[in-house]
Amino acid sequence: MSVDQDTNRHLEKVRAGLKQRYAREKRFQFYGLLSVLTGLSFLVFFFVSITSDGLSAFVQTSMRLEIAFDEARIDPAGTRDPATLELASYRSIVRDAMGRKFPEISNTRAVRSLNQLVSIGAQYQLHDMVLADPELIGTTRAVWVPADDAVDLYFKTRDEKTVLRSKLDEAQVAWIERLIEGGDLKTSFNTEFFTAGDSRDPEMAGIWGATAGSFYMLVITIMIAFPVGVMSAIYLEEFAPKNRWTDLIEVNINNLAAVPSIVFGLLGLAIFINAMGMPRSAPLVGGLVLALMTLPVIIIAGRAAIKSVPPSIRTAALGIGASQMQMVFHHVLPLAMPGMLTGAIIGMARALGESAPLLMIGMVAFIVEVPGGPLDPATALPVQVFLWADSPERSFVARTSAAIIVLLLFLLVMNTTAVWLRRRFERRW
Amino acid sequence: MNDTAKSESYETVGDSHAQDPVIRARNIDVFYGDKQAIDNVSLELGKNEVVSLIGPSGCGKSTFLRCFNRMNDTIESARVTGDISLYNENIYDRKMDVVLLRARVGIVFQKPNPFPKSIYENVAYGPRIHGLANDRAQLDDIVFTSLRKAGLLNEVKDRLDEPGTGLSGGQQQRLCIARTIAVAPEVILMDEPCSALDPIATARIEDLIDELSANYTIAIVTHSMQQAARVSQRTAYFHLGRLIEVGRTDDIFTNPRHKLTEDYVTGRFG
Repeated sequence: MSVDQDTNRHLEKVRAGLKQRYAREKRFQFYGLLSVLTGLSFLVFFFVSITSDGLSAFVQTSMRLEIAFDEARIDPAGTRDPATLELASYRSIVRDAMGRKFPEISNTRAVRSLNQLVSIGAQYQLHDMVLADPELIGTTRAVWVPADDAVDLYFKTRDEKTVLRSKLDEAQVAWIERLIEGGDLKTSFNTEFFTAGDSRDPEMAGIWGATAGSFYMLVITIMIAFPVGVMSAIYLEEFAPKNRWTDLIEVNINNLAAVPSIVFGLLGLAIFINAMGMPRSAPLVGGLVLALMTLPVIIIAGRAAIKSVPPSIRTAALGIGASQMQMVFHHVLPLAMPGMLTGAIIGMARALGESAPLLMIGMVAFIVEVPGGPLDPATALPVQVFLWADSPERSFVARTSAAIIVLLLFLLVMNTTAVWLRRRFERRW
Repeated sequence: MNDTAKSESYETVGDSHAQDPVIRARNIDVFYGDKQAIDNVSLELGKNEVVSLIGPSGCGKSTFLRCFNRMNDTIESARVTGDISLYNENIYDRKMDVVLLRARVGIVFQKPNPFPKSIYENVAYGPRIHGLANDRAQLDDIVFTSLRKAGLLNEVKDRLDEPGTGLSGGQQQRLCIARTIAVAPEVILMDEPCSALDPIATARIEDLIDELSANYTIAIVTHSMQQAARVSQRTAYFHLGRLIEVGRTDDIFTNPRHKLTEDYVTGRFG
């Protein structure tokens, strides 16, 4: 009887505590969910604001003009010599076309402000057209040429509550309205944005130059950081004696991973540019600096990947007489490779998004030309974002966001690859 | 092991010598850091003989077994003193190549540990790194012979390209044995090879050990006294790092001379 009472009393105690335990569990889950939701809401806000700002940059307004490819203007001698075609004044051809569209405007000041509606890119476009096909000379045809960024902005926002008129005056707005009525303005996909380098004129600025710069830089980075990082990880994990020196090295590597990236930029400036005389603003130097920065990340990820290979595989290999190196290269490394690649890709993604060290080595310069190699002056995607965000023209706001979208897409692709690799090659023992 | 026990000297009961010895271990001490795991153990393994090492957990029998092919080298803090000779070569001599030693003294581990590669590659790996086959036909021959000797060939001959890790536990262990004999060792060490297996798979491995003993010297660590009684000709009983008693398996189980051995084999201890 007394035993039963004892058990009952125990159960009573357990039951009393049980409620509290479940409540605690519920509370904990709620806090967890709350923090996840907080994080997510920030992310959603960020994406919504970036896309709503940036999407408009993917389309561009162009203007239809009746262009007269006047032989007297382009090639008075009729030689069709490319040198002559190269030097012809396409600007005046554009002006003639504008003049014909608005024949009533004769006042010099009014003409100047009329011509501001066309992008400076129009004359380059005509130049390219004529050089590609000299047969055009002497003909007249309708050509869609890029409009100025102010026109672009007005055209895109005229149906909205806040119409962005930027620098346009009343007369210019009236002319634009006339163009719209005549069906001479349209928006189309902005290929320029993906094929051009930087420009002072927003309607002609593109991210291809920065993308190419980032690409060359990442190639240099992976070529240096991956082999060096993997070799270091293998040596430290498999061959190095465990003593005070290797402990010291380990602490320092972990330390390096936490060093602010701007410090690596200063290091690159001092060593690669000042001491070794490498060119300023070159992706080569940027790649080297980012390699230094990524190295500790790759080493740490590589060591973790090597550590996760079960010891039974090592003893199996050693047990049938594999040498240390055969064990590492035949068995450990293949099993650790997915983890190492994942670490490398995450390191690369970090390097791709890095801008501070690049500011120190001159990759922040205004560069119009698309770099043709790792030694040409270039800039990088995040630095391009920084440069555009700093520009006063209203149209650069959309372009900044568009560049961020492109950068985020690259990062998304890289991180997805990393996750995919991990899933795909995950081994079960 | 406490300090007073360590300072006491002891003598192994029974004859540690074997007829026609292949491996001779003399006065072996093993330390892990400051801790002594093996205390002055001497034992010989004779040609084509199966010797089982038994004793309670933590008595050092696996540690002792791993001295025979220097697997203890892979443990940073482990230190081995004493002499072990394979025929007349001292295996702890500086001139002894440890890779060569492990090709001559193979080992099978407690947990089946096939490489995450195909069945064929698992067996072919050893011959390949040691350069035992001149061409593909010879390599095939070695792989098939080894699988047959390990009693696995009939079960896997149609799926040699499938991963070795996909086999059942018992099959994996026989694959590991095939992998070991593929490099034609003289001695096979087995470290509790059946402790992760069911009784049927265990029986198959025991039959296999019996067959292999015609050609190889085998030392087997086991927790099962029945297994020791079934497969071995001689048995060595370890207790707290010491070799307490060694002798013919029948004698050890039916007529133990040392009190500790008697307690263990009769089930009063361990």
